Amino acid sequence: MSETDWPLFEVFIRSRSGLEHKHVGSLHAADARMAIEHARDVYTRRQEGVSLWVVRSADIVASDPGEADALFEPARDKVYRHPTFYAIPDEVKNL
Amino acid sequence: MSATPALRSAPDAEQQQAHGRYVLRLADTSLVLGQRLAEWLGHAPALEEDLALANLSLDLIGQARLLLTYAGELEGRGRDEDALAFLRDAPEFLNLTLAEQPNGDFAHTIVRQWLIDAWQLEIYAGLEHSSDNRLAAIAAKALRETRYHYRFSSGWLVRLGDGTAESRQRMQGALDELWRFTAELFSPDDIDEHMGRAAIAPALPELAPHWSARIDQDLHAATLTRPAAQPYPWHGKRGVHTEHLGHMLAEMQHLPRTYPGALW
Repeated sequence: MSETDWPLFEVFIRSRSGLEHKHVGSLHAADARMAIEHARDVYTRRQEGVSLWVVRSADIVASDPGEADALFEPARDKVYRHPTFYAIPDEVKNL
Repeated sequence: MSATPALRSAPDAEQQQAHGRYVLRLADTSLVLGQRLAEWLGHAPALEEDLALANLSLDLIGQARLLLTYAGELEGRGRDEDALAFLRDAPEFLNLTLAEQPNGDFAHTIVRQWLIDAWQLEIYAGLEHSSDNRLAAIAAKALRETRYHYRFSSGWLVRLGDGTAESRQRMQGALDELWRFTAELFSPDDIDEHMGRAAIAPALPELAPHWSARIDQDLHAATLTRPAAQPYPWHGKRGVHTEHLGHMLAEMQHLPRTYPGALW
């Protein structure tokens, strides 16, 4: 199967103008153009979006799960960083 | 005018008949090509291509439904889209001969698709300005879909033509084999000329150079060689088909003919 030859791409979709692109999954494609077409055909069949990004999975730099403690644990006891200590006026709708 | 109503309405009836047949030709080309692509389901070289071909197929069958319904109304014999799709025999189908050619390998499917996509681009763009508003609206919708189909097929044409030695050889082979059916694409007959005079359809000879230029440009990018012109025009759009259409219809029509009126 050619799928073993084609590199993996990650797919991001912007569902509406103004919103951010969100990761929706991955697919195989021989090149970037094909990746966009495959993303369109696989992930936007039901009007899921207005814009697509694809990026080769190999080009994504990921954090090491083994370092998770060092990277993320220190934030655990700093609850004051959450904005829940502020009273939000009723007039503010989209916060 | 002192002509009797019967005499006066004769040319109108003839015009409407030609109109109906013209729309039926467009419908059948989309339907037959859509059915061919559907034959790839579960067999495409990759999951992603399976979905891509299914999407193309569904677009084409969607076009066919709108066009068949309209053709049935113009015909005025009470045949709806299902009756026209499933209860006609091969000689009554008016699709381009190219559309009914078997899938072959992926190269054949891509070359066939690309040749017809480029043809539909010209036809639908011309029909957008048709004096027939309903046909113009269908063409506008179909044109958006066709632009994507062409993007897909021309992408593959270049990728495989300018690919490995084997993919290039297969693409050239498919092109050489299918080229003989292209003479029909822009050869007008009396129905085409009738529709042209009524400003319902674009004049085929005027569209041909645009198609040809696009074909040459893509072939150049794909490092493929345009085969020599083959003057013999096939006559699928007049109901004269290769043997392949009958076999395809047998599979496509089997269920509704075996169980008339079946619903699911």
